[in-house]
Amino acid sequence: MGLFDRHAGLLDAYRDVRMTGADPFQIRMERVLSPTEAIINGKKTLLVGTNNYFGLTFDPSCMEAAIEAIRAEGTGTTGSRIANGSYSEHVALEQEIAEFYGKKHCMVFTTGYQANLGVISTLVGPDDFLLIDADSHASIYDACKQTQAEVVRFKHNDPSSLDARLRRLGDKPGNRLVVLEGIYSMLGDSAPLKEFIAVCKKYNAYVLIDEAHSLGALGEHGRGLCESAGVLDDCHFIVGTFSKTLGAIGGYCVSDDPDFDILRVTTRSYMFTASLPPSIVASVRQALRIVKAHPELRTKLWDNVAALYDGLAAQGFKLGPEHGPVVGVHLPDRMTAIGFWRAMLDAGVYVNVAVPPATPNGVSLLRCSVSAAHSHEQIAQMIDVMTGIGRQLGVLGNTPKLRVVGSSR
Amino acid sequence: MSDTHTGEPPLLRTAQNMIVENDDIADTIVLRRPPARAEVMAEICRQLEPFQADDGRAITGATVISKDLSIDSLAVMDMVMDLEDQFDVSIPMNVVAEIHTVDELADTILALSARR
Ligand SMILES: Cc1ncc(COP(=O)(O)O)c(C=O)c1O
Repeated sequence: MGLFDRHAGLLDAYRDVRMTGADPFQIRMERVLSPTEAIINGKKTLLVGTNNYFGLTFDPSCMEAAIEAIRAEGTGTTGSRIANGSYSEHVALEQEIAEFYGKKHCMVFTTGYQANLGVISTLVGPDDFLLIDADSHASIYDACKQTQAEVVRFKHNDPSSLDARLRRLGDKPGNRLVVLEGIYSMLGDSAPLKEFIAVCKKYNAYVLIDEAHSLGALGEHGRGLCESAGVLDDCHFIVGTFSKTLGAIGGYCVSDDPDFDILRVTTRSYMFTASLPPSIVASVRQALRIVKAHPELRTKLWDNVAALYDGLAAQGFKLGPEHGPVVGVHLPDRMTAIGFWRAMLDAGVYVNVAVPPATPNGVSLLRCSVSAAHSHEQIAQMIDVMTGIGRQLGVLGNTPKLRVVGSSR
Repeated sequence: MSDTHTGEPPLLRTAQNMIVENDDIADTIVLRRPPARAEVMAEICRQLEPFQADDGRAITGATVISKDLSIDSLAVMDMVMDLEDQFDVSIPMNVVAEIHTVDELADTILALSARR
């Protein structure tokens, strides 16, 4: 058996995808012009699939901070924090994030993926139990492969399903850690966190929440679902990323646990990879200041979300269950999704295409992500293009339906 | 309970028919007897039917789930969640990864419910 034979199924599926003439997994941004526009295939294209929720990638103050940091401290740290030491700015960033959440401790990682992978796999060990939502992000699933704890999945966003699994553990010794996400990355739905927390309290389980897509977007101060649901103190560990709302790269975990810092010498994805370069640390610190100082960005984001979600729903598209910075558009099958995606790109709009096995329940989706930087005109253009293609491909009827699918929680 | 008033002997609670107080509200559940093997097999076959191979081969105990059926690993895990709730057991993910045949899946469920 050849090394690649095991991928035969995937290779076939991938060949089908490429036959449509464009490869969604090898898209080239020839030139990025702004948070909402890039040149793709020689053409100016509207970006509605880049997780750039506050549009901060081109914020002049963030860019200046990064440039200054490079001049002052160079381009990279060339090693991990336990080997090469921490720069003062790493420590300052950790303090600022801890303060942002009102938690005592923070650890910064080189990506959000590594934060989830390392923290989750290290917090629980032999004889412990890790309970994860069935629709968890790949980084959480990969942590499950790395941990020595027993892993059990519960039904997506279903507190009673978690309850049943915690109950079945009975009085077995061992810690229980429950992993949730603030906003789920494919359909933009949020966890019923209050209900989940009640279940976790009943069984004395620790809670870790990944706020990757909800940092900035939810809560009065933008701390995420933990804040908007009013349960910040009940979330023992909060993980997040710098790669979306904060417009850079990196990840973090905050906690009040007095022994939290021991993770610095036990978490492999922290210990054995180079730390964030000074430029990134500087731009992230500035982006966090912007999140704190400009709540109107959050208002603008949700205005755009409402415009896009309600606009698409009114045309008859089947969407994720509620308003969210991610708007998932259901399509009947993989090939329709890919054909639709390709037609959107030809019409100058870039979104993500998500097909099985990367999606929950085998659904095929166009995944749109909304930015505060989108103008009303851009959102309107997006709805027009999508509606036109939807009619052409027979995904929509020929007359608009004034039907709102789903509701916001 | 009215035992003290009537003087009748207290309710016999055996492992076969146990009433568990779930919390202090009147929310009680009855744990069933461990299921019969035939019952577990029937339920697994029912869940796997939509993924049956085109050649119409029947699903048997020897059917290799990931190979003989058109089901991907994610759908297997989702089916496992349904079976877990049906038979009130939890099958850890690393155990699921070691299960290949329908027989092995049934045996795992039976072993876990016997231990309950
Ligand atoms: C829910 C979730 N968690 C974690 C990550 C990982 O973030 P990062 O891009 O920082 O590695 C992502 C992004 O892909 C995500 O969607």
